[in-house]
Amino acid sequence: MTELSVTHYLIVSAALFTVGVVGIFVNRKNIIVILMALELILLSVNLNLVAFSVFTGTIQGQIFAMLVLTVAAAEAAVGLAILVVYFRNRRDISVENVDLMKG
Amino acid sequence: MALIAFGLIAAVVILSAVFVIAARNPVHSVLWLILAFFSSAGLFVLIGAEFLAMLLVVVYVGAVAVLFLFVVMMLDVDFVELKQGTLRYWPFALLVGFIFLAELALVWVAGIDISMDSFDPSPGADTNTEAIGRVMYTDYLLLFQLAGGILLVAMIGAIVLTLRHRPHIKRQDVGKQTGRCRADAIEMKDPAPGQGI
Repeated sequence: MTELSVTHYLIVSAALFTVGVVGIFVNRKNIIVILMALELILLSVNLNLVAFSVFTGTIQGQIFAMLVLTVAAAEAAVGLAILVVYFRNRRDISVENVDLMKG
Repeated sequence: MALIAFGLIAAVVILSAVFVIAARNPVHSVLWLILAFFSSAGLFVLIGAEFLAMLLVVVYVGAVAVLFLFVVMMLDVDFVELKQGTLRYWPFALLVGFIFLAELALVWVAGIDISMDSFDPSPGADTNTEAIGRVMYTDYLLLFQLAGGILLVAMIGAIVLTLRHRPHIKRQDVGKQTGRCRADAIEMKDPAPGQGI
């Protein structure tokens, strides 16, 4: 492994994914940081897609990475909108009481 | 040389990702997130995926991270209180993370054998952007349109969720405004001299 290979990218991607998952568990009260951890996870997925796309000489992975990017942006927008509405109703953003919104 | 650059950038990516989830202040989290996205764009550039790198900077750093920053700063949340008691989640979280890493390492042990011969960031074109455009607007046209639809739905959804009509606030009513006509807007009076109306 003296040359840049797909394995390097997979290692970074795996580490990034793990950090994202750990972040969801650690910050389970703070939904803003949970959303950020989700963005990290999606970034690691993108890293994987692009690495495989480039190292196999096919462009489809990069197209798909663009779609993932789109969905990530949409998800962030809607998630933060829900968060703002939730904060307006309850004056805090603790995830533990979200089930009070039921019904 | 590329390997050294890769190592440096990858270290920055992972370290800033760790700081995203470990920072006390969510504003700092967002700033670390921006750094993580920025250096990931560097990783993309290293293997020639330039268009995706620029897209990452524009979409994530320019839009998503700024959106996060806005929300974090506008909501008046007591983050110190939110942070309390998170220490007891760390052992479990690290256990889950370790299991995840172990499973991913198993995949690595199984071996992914991609020869470097097929390395090509822009197959069938001169530049990376051209290669993406050639495929995206032909083979994946419907997928591209679908992405636009997703963004439209997200935009309308976010507006509908956050828009509220508060009472006791005067708003412009365009229909009422343009519905006025001369007959009910103007009234002729003939006041006598020296008297008011």
